[in-house]
Amino acid sequence: MNPRRKKRMLAVLAIIFGVGSAIGLTLYALQENINLFYTPSELIEGKGEGKEKPFVGQKLRIGGMVVPGSVVRDETNLDVTFKLVDTGPLVTIKYHGILPDLFREGQGIVAQGTLIEPNVIEAFEVLAKHDEEYMPSEVAEAVKGIKHVKPTYNLNSEN
Amino acid sequence: MWKWLHPYAKAERAYQLCNTLLPYFTVFTVVSLVVGWIWGLAYAPADYQQKDSYRIIFIHVPSAILSMGAYSSMAIAAIVALVWQLRNAELAVVAIAPVGAAMTVIALVTGAAWGKPMWGAWWVWDARLTSELILLFLYLGVLSLYHAFEDKKSAGRAACILAIVGVINLPIIHFSVEWWNTLHQGATITKFDTSAIDPSMLWPLFVNIAAFAGFVGVVTLIRLKNEILQREKHRPWVRDLVSRG
Repeated sequence: MNPRRKKRMLAVLAIIFGVGSAIGLTLYALQENINLFYTPSELIEGKGEGKEKPFVGQKLRIGGMVVPGSVVRDETNLDVTFKLVDTGPLVTIKYHGILPDLFREGQGIVAQGTLIEPNVIEAFEVLAKHDEEYMPSEVAEAVKGIKHVKPTYNLNSEN
Repeated sequence: MWKWLHPYAKAERAYQLCNTLLPYFTVFTVVSLVVGWIWGLAYAPADYQQKDSYRIIFIHVPSAILSMGAYSSMAIAAIVALVWQLRNAELAVVAIAPVGAAMTVIALVTGAAWGKPMWGAWWVWDARLTSELILLFLYLGVLSLYHAFEDKKSAGRAACILAIVGVINLPIIHFSVEWWNTLHQGATITKFDTSAIDPSMLWPLFVNIAAFAGFVGVVTLIRLKNEILQREKHRPWVRDLVSRG
């Protein structure tokens, strides 16, 4: 490479490095705020080094797995409650509305709502998070040993 | 390699190279697109959870991959254009940008259409979706920067610098699902250790990715030919070409 090209190459690399480190540091500083949601353990035990807990009344998102057997629907209206878990503590979600198609027990979901008690959230939006695995039903049956049918919940009413 | 590459710094040779490559790319794209779409949309088995609606993966994933692939090729062309001052490389940057932008739009739109029934939302401001949206703005920025200058020399340089700076967004897009909590699920294809996707779905997906890559190639070659002709329109070889019909 002749000296002029070398100089230009260095300038280009310097630009990439400079902007890259600037953005890297920004993202590092914002790390906690870019996360879309709290996990149940972060909500209960606090998050980050300061163990900061969200306060009651705060609007937040929470993401976790729906605890199997915890979904309870109201007989007369669209109210539904369920519990979320990641590694330890459980968080209760209250929701009024239609749940997404992929919502089922054992599935990851993200709910957005208000913290009404330290471990209870009144959600106004429930989104289903699906995993990165795709397979035909027969394979899923063979690999996971489960038959995937749209689940029924512990309905208190007849239907 | 320099001896071999050097002739293509000349616009006329580059134009001829485009002409030679174009038919191969076209045939490859048409064949793989037909095979990939029929295989993916009609013959691949339905997913155990999402049933048939997962089939949008055969458009969403290839366009998302190619939106990033086109950006990296554009950035490489931009580095070549800045360091070696090759005008053809600059034209390549301009040729790729709208194609990549189109791929990004396809990825965003199909992603939204997939997100609504599966997640329950068209759009969420999570890290993956937001960084992909920024990629679209980068493409549009490169394009508008290039067209904002009257003097095409400084226009090319400005567009190239923006294209290079934007490269930083690519690892952010790719790793966003690992670094942060996102609604978007993690990577499927690059998760080699376990079988995240069944081979009966993976192969049609690969064919579709190849087809989209071919498609980006075809459109880029056609656009590059146009850019070369436009830039060189007063040169004798272009006049010859036109007079020959």
